[in-house]
Amino acid sequence: MPGDVDAVGLIASLILIVVALVLSRWNRLGLESSIFTAVLRATVQLLGIGVVLAFIIDEERSLVLSWLWVVAMAVFAARVLSRRAPEIPGLARIGLVAFGATLAVSLAVMFGLGIFPLEARALVPLAGMMVGNSMNASVVTARRVVEELRDKRDEVEARLALGHPSRRAALPYMRAALRTALIPQIETTRAVGLVFLPGAMTGLILAGVDPFDAVLVQAAIMFLILGSVATTTTLIAYGSVGKLFTPDHRLIRLPRPAGG
Amino acid sequence: MPGGPLFEFDRVTVTGSSGVRLSNIELAVPSSGVTALVGPSGSGKSTLLRLCNRLELPTSGTISYRGQPMNDIDPLSLRRQVGMVFQKPVLFAGTVRDNLAEADGVLDDDAYRAVLKRVALGEGFLERPADELSGGEAQRACLARALVASPTALLMDEPTSSLDGAAAHRLEGLAQQLAGEGIPVVWVSHDLDQVTRIADHVVVVIGGAIAYTGTAATAGGSSDPRVLEFLAGENDAG
Repeated sequence: MPGDVDAVGLIASLILIVVALVLSRWNRLGLESSIFTAVLRATVQLLGIGVVLAFIIDEERSLVLSWLWVVAMAVFAARVLSRRAPEIPGLARIGLVAFGATLAVSLAVMFGLGIFPLEARALVPLAGMMVGNSMNASVVTARRVVEELRDKRDEVEARLALGHPSRRAALPYMRAALRTALIPQIETTRAVGLVFLPGAMTGLILAGVDPFDAVLVQAAIMFLILGSVATTTTLIAYGSVGKLFTPDHRLIRLPRPAGG
Repeated sequence: MPGGPLFEFDRVTVTGSSGVRLSNIELAVPSSGVTALVGPSGSGKSTLLRLCNRLELPTSGTISYRGQPMNDIDPLSLRRQVGMVFQKPVLFAGTVRDNLAEADGVLDDDAYRAVLKRVALGEGFLERPADELSGGEAQRACLARALVASPTALLMDEPTSSLDGAAAHRLEGLAQQLAGEGIPVVWVSHDLDQVTRIADHVVVVIGGAIAYTGTAATAGGSSDPRVLEFLAGENDAG
């Protein structure tokens, strides 16, 4: 198959990592050890995930294993989210609800309408792309919500002092956070095919699939991801705002991180 | 006190991460005129003010507004009754009209112009971008925004601290005028001269406790050495 990469090929591709290491040293960035550990970690993680995926998506296995894998991804993403924005109480639970709801709706559309066949080979990677992209955008959303409300506390309190309920007082800042999180995804969708060829499509073409078929798959995935990201970030934004105000409409203390 | 107090604090304590900010406050704020909360920086006077519209809550004790425990009043309704002007003029993006509409979007331009007139801003200000106003104009626009909600009391947290002398005097006059129109004003300051000029009642807050209540004229007769020290200007860090 054209996309086959053997061990020698993988080692050969490390030449490019050597280039990155040399550039880091030449520019005195001090990132050599970070690059080295990142590459090592990525290789081990991908090899490990390859073994697990090969086990899970084996057609002989029950689909239950794949669903469990999807649940584990959502739980992991919710934990990552809560670690990135520790100022928001109960964010892991909000994340779990947001990822769960988005997965339920998106996968129902994808498999319910027959866009992809419901089998482990489709379920696991699709859910992975959805959760991964949603997690990144959710982290941006949660961080921006905290930073907007913290940096513009004067404005927020001026709105509260006018008798605005907390959700209304937070709305302009929540919108700014959502725009920041969604614009990169919209730009990615807009530029797809012109500026870059996305990973799934590239992988399929490298694996020998007809380019037009690969394009159709990629288009469906792009729409899935954009819809998922929009849904998840909206749920995260509303959920976060709900936790950053008291029931009697006061903004909770949001101390600046040490050194920030 | 005729008509009962505007705000009544009953054994109010506020504790924060940095320790006790207000300790066992017993205070009745009169329901007329200008009441000045005065004291050195960090004495707790702004915290005392923020308790009056529930931007902060006491750790213990109770606060009443016009005889009704605050816990029994919907906080959003309370905040519309008790307007607030902050230390730094905080205007939202957009024009002055956009800002007034945030307080009440149902009113028409004539009503907004009437409010602007009350704070000595001409009608032309309605269309002005908020970020083009001078400090004094911006603070008066903030006062106008608070007045659009038709408050029955007004809180002003060191509202002249970022203004020049002329703009500060103008705002002081407006506060006195509003008090004369029946809207009691609670004004936080650390400027004794200003307090002497505008306040009908004075509350001196030192170290998170009430050190004196009365008038500016009689404060000098206080037996509390902390009050005398503050009045002598030795205790004020600005």
